[in-house]
Amino acid sequence: MSDNIYLDEARDPLIIAEGWMKDGKDVAIATVVETWGSAPRPVGSHLVIDADGNFHGSVSGGCVEGAVVTEAIDVIDTGKAKMLEFGVADEAAWQVGLSCGGRIKVYVERLG
Amino acid sequence: MDPYALKTLNAERRARRAAILVTDLGDGRDRIVREGDQVAGDLGAAIAKAFRSGNSGSVEAEGRTFFLNAHLPQPRLVVIGAVHISQALAPMAKIAGYPLEIIDPRTAFATPDRFPDVALHAEWPEDVLKRQPLDSYTALAAVTHDPKIDDFALKAALDANCFYVGALGSRKTHAKRVERLLALGASADQIARIHAPIGLDIGAASPAEIAVAVLAQVVHAFRSRGLDAKGVAA
Repeated sequence: MSDNIYLDEARDPLIIAEGWMKDGKDVAIATVVETWGSAPRPVGSHLVIDADGNFHGSVSGGCVEGAVVTEAIDVIDTGKAKMLEFGVADEAAWQVGLSCGGRIKVYVERLG
Repeated sequence: MDPYALKTLNAERRARRAAILVTDLGDGRDRIVREGDQVAGDLGAAIAKAFRSGNSGSVEAEGRTFFLNAHLPQPRLVVIGAVHISQALAPMAKIAGYPLEIIDPRTAFATPDRFPDVALHAEWPEDVLKRQPLDSYTALAAVTHDPKIDDFALKAALDANCFYVGALGSRKTHAKRVERLLALGASADQIARIHAPIGLDIGAASPAEIAVAVLAQVVHAFRSRGLDAKGVAA
């Protein structure tokens, strides 16, 4: 069988998250649930984060990953899911932002 | 996310079966829906749409907000025949997001010179498909004109419930092919699924134009494919 010829297990965030879980790590999963304008990553994209701040995947192509990782560690600690929203940085509300001018909503939840 | 949902989802993805992770954004509860599972109401309609399009998104149903993350296997296009049409089809299909493989035991045809950057098997379809079985997220186009090469692959594609099965040849050629496939044990219903002559009827004349017609038909078959439980394991 060669079922996985189109599934890159070494880089797939959800496969990595499962592996981390098996290793006994605490894991958070961030998912792009909505985009407006020119968002860098499509709805459904994942970033997976462990309690030490290691991460795989992407929700924005690098613009807001740092902030998502910080929030994810908090989500792992509290177990409470969060909905984050990011837009262009200079539109006041967001400390970090998307240089491309779009807006994204990211759902961050703990695995388990 | 429920660890069991993640394990189930990854198992489906590894097996090249479509699945949707449905998350209630209010309370964070989630579950996996497999293609063919029955879900009632507005949520069910949204799920059916997500299976067809492969697009993920939020949906309001039952006074709640759900996020549907659609995981569809990458569609493959298997072409039997390293011919002129395949030479034009290979780059077009790649651009359209349907990675293509070519199988042709005739080593004079299946050469890397003629097919740079294409997954090429200079072997009999029987041998290749044993290693790399067809599935419902695979399209098969048989374009050799040679029954010795095409017929087995066509039968295998019908048995694997490939989302698209096409075969080159005139109506007369196809009538003879129908007889042979019946003799191989294919049912009339199965044979009715074969697109022959291959490709949308756009008056294509050159190999490149035929490739356009084939690719368009593959895309149409993929986006309008039936969502019944056929070929979906529980």
